[in-house]
Amino acid sequence: MLAKNELEVLAAIVGKENVETSQASKLVYSFDATPQFQAMPDAIVSPRTPAEVSQVVKWCNEQEIPIVPRGSGTNLSAGTTPLQGGVVLLMKHLDKILEIDEENLTVTTQPGVNTLELMEAVEAKGLFYPPDPSSMKISQIGGNINENSGGLRGLKYGVTRDYVMGLEIVLPNGETIRTGGKLAKDVAGYDLTRLFVGSEGTLGIITEATLKLIPMPETKKTVLALYEDMDAAARTVSKIIASKIIPATLEFLDQPTIKVVEDFSNIGLPTHAKAVLLIEQDGDAAVVEKDIAKIVSICEDNQAIEVSMAASEIEAEALRSARRSALSALARLKPTTILEDATVPRSEIANMVEAINRIAEKHQVEICTFGHAGDGNLHPTCLTDARDKEEMERVEQAFEEIFTTAVALGGTITGEHGVGAMKAPYLHLKLGDAGVGAMQSIKQAFDPKNIMNPGKMFANENRKRVVVKQ
Amino acid sequence: MKTAEKQRIQQQFQEKMDYDELLNCMRCGFCLPSCPTYMESGKDEAHSPRGRIALMKAVVDGDIEPDEDVKRSLDMCLGCRACEPVCPSGVNYGHLLEQARDIIYQNQQQSIPVKVVRKAAFQGLFPHQQRMIGLTGLIGFYQRSGLRTVARKSGAMKLLPESMQLMEKVLPDVPTSKSMKQRQRHFQPTVPLKKRVAFFAGCLMDTVFLPTNDATTKLLQYAGCEIVVPEAQACCGALHGHSGEKQQAKKMAKRNIEAFEEAEIDYIITNAGGCGAFLVDYGHLLKDEPEWKARAEAFSSKIKDISSVLVELGFEKLPLSLQDEIITYQDSCHLKNVQKTFMEPRKLLSSIDGAQYVEMKDAGRCCGSAGIYNLVETEMSMQILDYKMEQTKATKAKTIVTANPGCLLQMKLGIEKEGLSDQIRAVHIVDLLLEAYENANSTYSNQSNSSSI
Ligand SMILES: Cc1cc2nc3c(=O)[nH]c(=O)nc-3n(C[C@H](O)[C@H](O)[C@H](O)COP(=O)(O)OP(=O)(O)OC[C@H]3O[C@@H](n4cnc5c(N)ncnc54)[C@H](O)[C@@H]3O)c2cc1C
Ligand code: SF4
Ligand code: SF4
Repeated sequence: MLAKNELEVLAAIVGKENVETSQASKLVYSFDATPQFQAMPDAIVSPRTPAEVSQVVKWCNEQEIPIVPRGSGTNLSAGTTPLQGGVVLLMKHLDKILEIDEENLTVTTQPGVNTLELMEAVEAKGLFYPPDPSSMKISQIGGNINENSGGLRGLKYGVTRDYVMGLEIVLPNGETIRTGGKLAKDVAGYDLTRLFVGSEGTLGIITEATLKLIPMPETKKTVLALYEDMDAAARTVSKIIASKIIPATLEFLDQPTIKVVEDFSNIGLPTHAKAVLLIEQDGDAAVVEKDIAKIVSICEDNQAIEVSMAASEIEAEALRSARRSALSALARLKPTTILEDATVPRSEIANMVEAINRIAEKHQVEICTFGHAGDGNLHPTCLTDARDKEEMERVEQAFEEIFTTAVALGGTITGEHGVGAMKAPYLHLKLGDAGVGAMQSIKQAFDPKNIMNPGKMFANENRKRVVVKQ
Repeated sequence: MKTAEKQRIQQQFQEKMDYDELLNCMRCGFCLPSCPTYMESGKDEAHSPRGRIALMKAVVDGDIEPDEDVKRSLDMCLGCRACEPVCPSGVNYGHLLEQARDIIYQNQQQSIPVKVVRKAAFQGLFPHQQRMIGLTGLIGFYQRSGLRTVARKSGAMKLLPESMQLMEKVLPDVPTSKSMKQRQRHFQPTVPLKKRVAFFAGCLMDTVFLPTNDATTKLLQYAGCEIVVPEAQACCGALHGHSGEKQQAKKMAKRNIEAFEEAEIDYIITNAGGCGAFLVDYGHLLKDEPEWKARAEAFSSKIKDISSVLVELGFEKLPLSLQDEIITYQDSCHLKNVQKTFMEPRKLLSSIDGAQYVEMKDAGRCCGSAGIYNLVETEMSMQILDYKMEQTKATKAKTIVTANPGCLLQMKLGIEKEGLSDQIRAVHIVDLLLEAYENANSTYSNQSNSSSI
């Protein structure tokens, strides 16, 4: 609880209307899109300017009050649950695109700008900002940067990290620094820009970002390939990459996922197929033509039962949007949907799919799988009911085994959703104790009082659980 | 709120709320950008669908008490249900909202005046068509007798809040009691018979908006329908259902089911999106009454909006014409989000010769009318309306077409508020279609007359 005089200090900085303390407000900011995590903050504060951010942070640091920065609260790793109370810091007023620089091909923006709005603004000028997480209609750029989000176009164009050129950051002590800039090259000191990308609000607050843009690709073609079995689809993915083609998009959906997505979108998806691949190539017309022809023949060589081409951009967009709804659509089947984010080297994708099926069977849990197959990033999603304690134990064991398998195949516990509170207990699986230790020293250096998003990234004691509430 | 009241509400939340439906929300936030109150409140989660569902769940879970702020969040909801079609999990938000509001209102100590007004309106007025006619007659007396002129000139209107003043201005000149009482109950098609339909006339539509109802039956006749208008029908009950008066809503549903059961018809036609959406939901309303459920579902399956039946019968292929002008369409939330009828009105409007149909940005976003929302949540309603007017102005349309009486009044209010009443008009789609039909046919018959001379 914050005392009355403490709230007055905050109100003096950001204005009374930008400090909320009602229990209803606290409740609606007590969770994000991660199941099973909820904790009440003490206040919700919405600074109007970067300068106000700095004042709030400085004061909170002096008082040792935890700060949980929050964009749109769509993250899937409990990154914005205020586990230790404190202040939820909203970015909703920092929502302006500051400049689109057509000479340097950059956009400079505040963190609270909606991802899709930013994309549309640059596209209106013939430019292209590729990172397109499925949540882009809702998520903010600040959230994307802090989770280093990927999307459907990640295979060819990379993830958010590949587009962040410079940042303005308010450090936990309230000081403001600028890193990078509109420079193609810059080796002055440590690369703090990269450090802050994916830092999940644990090192400071991002108040401005300069992002790289590229020219809009000339054309785009979209293909849907249907399979009788999941392995054949997974093999196709590996074959396409091995044949030195990098499609813009290479997405995988299994049959249960196709069915729920079709229930929602009603666009005539092939619900009889055991698995489908959604493949896109963009770029120069001649190259696209050639690549797509080759991709189609690889699909056919690998037992695709049908390969069809989207007839128009409207049809292609309907397919993409259907794919983006996959996770939420799966939620219609069972009360609790727990999704994972294990990622392996591309060449191992078939092995990983096979392993997921085996693990689901072994622990008798229902797992559906979809994801960015081309990136080796699958989202095995467990459909369960949090009220069934016995089943939740088995879910927990299944996920632990999936993580271990992913790491053994040369992969990682999370490809794009971040560690947050949810995967903190498993960080050591990927990094080892020395790796976690190195990261903790970085955290300690920036945030000695541990006020920035405490309880995220690093677990207090090593073995907590992912899905079973303590 | 008193502690005892809160405890009662909390307990009933635990007993009555559909917990599986609450759990069905996986908190992805996909619904946020479609929610008008979330957008207009400067992205406040407490005024978002995800936030409201979380609040309901938290009350059931005992994490929070159902205090004033929780109630505030639910009161601010328009009930437009724009959050439903965009929800991949298929959360039926409308049902959750109805359950929650019902519990809160039934248990709340209301102030005496509020109680009296609610009782008068919900039990004394809307269920009784004769009384509706009586009240509308009074308004007519006010409008025609010279009282209105006196009221407006004397400055007495200034005593009312701004939105009420505007509302008084935009209320259409109502029909005389005589014409309302002599409503015709049976119509033959003017062309060979294609469908037999019953017309759900609606309480407000068959009084204040009687000419629009007359236009509706005319269009149906031109399209080849034989029409019956069952006398025993009542108000649909939507206003009650959405304001936490569920028992009264159920009573009216039963009356309507009985009234239409006898008729041998293909469809039951409505011309008010708000009513139609409530009528198609009778099955849910009466889900706990085994002897009614199947009858309710049979009733609901026949409900069809006027624009949808017109398209089915190929009305858009008939000659339709208007003067050169731009027209635009404001979706009725419930027609679009619940009845899923949104292509049909556009198809009809695009087929009018001379008129150019221009889609406004966010045509599917609520106009802020929402039943009695504009009277009780005036500030938010007006903010939403201002946004809507900006979008309509950008289309340069001279005519704003609507498909529900509430939207129609709200758009008129918007036009009045912007001081554009001499340049822009708002109409119900059936009135415009009739105008276009008659216009085309009179030109046509004039031409054929002259050629025969
Ligand atoms: C249905 C669904 C689909 C999704 N699809 C994808 C996908 O395809 N790819 C993908 O990568 N992710 C996906 N996500 C996860 C999520 O949407 C992304 O992580 C997104 O980037 C989060 O953005 P946000 O604005 O909601 O951030 P939030 O969830 O609010 O915050 C995310 C993190 O960033 C921190 N933060 C936010 N703003 C700032 C700031 N200005 N300064 C410092 N820290 C800050 C927070 O503290 C938190 O740790 C999906 C989520 C859902 C629900
Ligand atoms: S209502 Fe649907 S769209 Fe909205 S947060 Fe819940 S699951 Fe997502
Ligand atoms: S019904 Fe309308 S106002 Fe209410 S939560 Fe849904 S979208 Fe928002």
